Amino acid sequence: MQILQAFAIRSGYAVILLIAVLVLNFSMMHLAPGDVADTISQSMGGADQELLDKIRADYGLDQPFIVQLGRYIGGVLQFDLGFSFFYNQPVTDLILQRLPATLLLVITAQVLALLIGVVMGVISARRPNGMLSHFVTFLALFGYAAPVFWTGILLLIAFSLKIQWFPVAGMMDVSVEGGFWFRAGDIARHMVLPVITLGSIFLALYSRLARATMMETLGSDFVRTAKAKGLSPNQVVYKHALKNSLSPVITLAGLQFSAVISGAVLVEAVFSWPGLGTLAFQSIIARDTPTILGILFFSALVVIVGNLLTDLALRLIDPRVGGKG
Amino acid sequence: MALLSVKNLRIEIKTRAGVAPVIDDLSFDLDAGESLSFVGESGCGKSMTALALMGLLPEGVGSVASGSITFDGEDLTQASEARLRALRGNDISMIFQEPMTSLNPLYTVGEQIAEVLRAHQGLSRKQAWDQAVELLDAVRIPNARARAEDYPFQMSGGQRQRVMIAIALACQPKILIADEPTTALDVTVQAQIFDLLQDMRRQTGSAIILITHDMGAVAEMAERMIVMYAGRKAELGPVDTIIAHPRHPYTAGLISCVPHILSTLTSEREDLVEVPGIVPALQDFGKDLCLFASRCRHAQPKCVNQRPPEIAFGNTHQAACWRAEEL
Repeated sequence: MQILQAFAIRSGYAVILLIAVLVLNFSMMHLAPGDVADTISQSMGGADQELLDKIRADYGLDQPFIVQLGRYIGGVLQFDLGFSFFYNQPVTDLILQRLPATLLLVITAQVLALLIGVVMGVISARRPNGMLSHFVTFLALFGYAAPVFWTGILLLIAFSLKIQWFPVAGMMDVSVEGGFWFRAGDIARHMVLPVITLGSIFLALYSRLARATMMETLGSDFVRTAKAKGLSPNQVVYKHALKNSLSPVITLAGLQFSAVISGAVLVEAVFSWPGLGTLAFQSIIARDTPTILGILFFSALVVIVGNLLTDLALRLIDPRVGGKG
Repeated sequence: MALLSVKNLRIEIKTRAGVAPVIDDLSFDLDAGESLSFVGESGCGKSMTALALMGLLPEGVGSVASGSITFDGEDLTQASEARLRALRGNDISMIFQEPMTSLNPLYTVGEQIAEVLRAHQGLSRKQAWDQAVELLDAVRIPNARARAEDYPFQMSGGQRQRVMIAIALACQPKILIADEPTTALDVTVQAQIFDLLQDMRRQTGSAIILITHDMGAVAEMAERMIVMYAGRKAELGPVDTIIAHPRHPYTAGLISCVPHILSTLTSEREDLVEVPGIVPALQDFGKDLCLFASRCRHAQPKCVNQRPPEIAFGNTHQAACWRAEEL
């Protein structure tokens, strides 16, 4: 019950935060020179002042800033993020088409990095001088040092061009017909390289942190107590030590959620993954203000939801977090 | 036959400077239901002895080099890890110095007691929980059924140490090792914990090995004591005999360190005696000499040339000092 109550309060804060993000995004876009009218006139090969004024009036750009802001926020509250002149469809529809692809990529990469990272951390903490332990240290160094686009392109060259195991780009092969399972397998095959590229950085972070916290926990007094109780090594490690080591890793994973999304922009660009990242890239080039604002809004939403879930997970694991007492 | 019999135990730890014996040629017996105390300053090997009895010496750092630990006719230094696990927490259990950190913060105290019952006694979840509540009640935690659902952070240090005692005594062990159980607690709580330990000992018939540097606690709790110095046994014997007439200069020093409570707080206090000097460095531990000689005001040339033998006084009292008979 307390957890639900805390969740409700946090959700309230999240809504306020989202509105603040909206105001800030909108203001920043407004401050930047140039607007939609400029871009449209450019694409038409130039226009006179009369036409520019007409376009501005059509899009409501002649109104005072505060009126535009009010209209925008009013629209967003009704799930209307404006209209993209570049794609010629409502921004909400546009984003909802692209969002699943990005979420699929981001969540798969994040979950895999977290699971594998924790497992690797635990195993290497139990044998600090073993092979895997050295591998984790190396991987962490590599993960910190290698830029996403570089890893991505390298993987593409190696596993799509030289050894043709995986497709070069895209999310699915539209030229082939097939049922649901065929489609799922096809998407999974397309996902392998982007997920590895995106996940590797975070795998490095998580496995290193998991290894460090696990080693510290294994040396703590209550682990000695667990051993003195005569529990089996697996019970000592997984029941007593691991649960205590999870909190820092989950906290980091929550904090990294925004980094995963910005990483996704690069990864999507490299692999032509049809998600929000590619959309963001294209709409920035096209000065498509409503779409950019919409993407920023959704990124903020995903990060905030990610943080809420992190908070919830920490509360479930550790009774001391905001609990009774 | 004694319940526990330690013979010529030598424990070595690896340091950068080489291998050092932190326990050197230690022998003693413990009878069922008896209360034995280990006394000495920090680093003298008290806790190492306890960990060796539990088979919990720090892996890769410390190990039994020679000697035997015979429990109920079985040599624990030769026992398999699985066999030791079956004994730990069941036949031999231990309470530690730090009640604040010795309990897992993420599980309820009830679960932490019930867990050991499930592991060794094969109880169901329900049975184990009910018995955990009874144990909490036995260690005098009020409103035990409700408090079993509490987490360690919701309890005071004294209460946590009671929980540790409940865990240690859950399976009615034959030996309970208490490693400085009250060092981290308030003086008033210390007395309560010692009372509780005495009561529980009477109820379960467990033998207690109390590790401490508190001579007052020894006098109150133990029947026999072993004074340890730098990994070696300095003196062994009945508590009353040793306090009345210590044969080893180190024991005498420890006893004279204990402050006495005065009848009026304002009356003049006798100066406390200290044992001058410090414990020798770890790499000197194996040397063939009396390790206490550098701090001993009775030292003779012989003391720095040869390790003193254990001289017996009657059947029960021994002291490892060249001049034990004169002192």
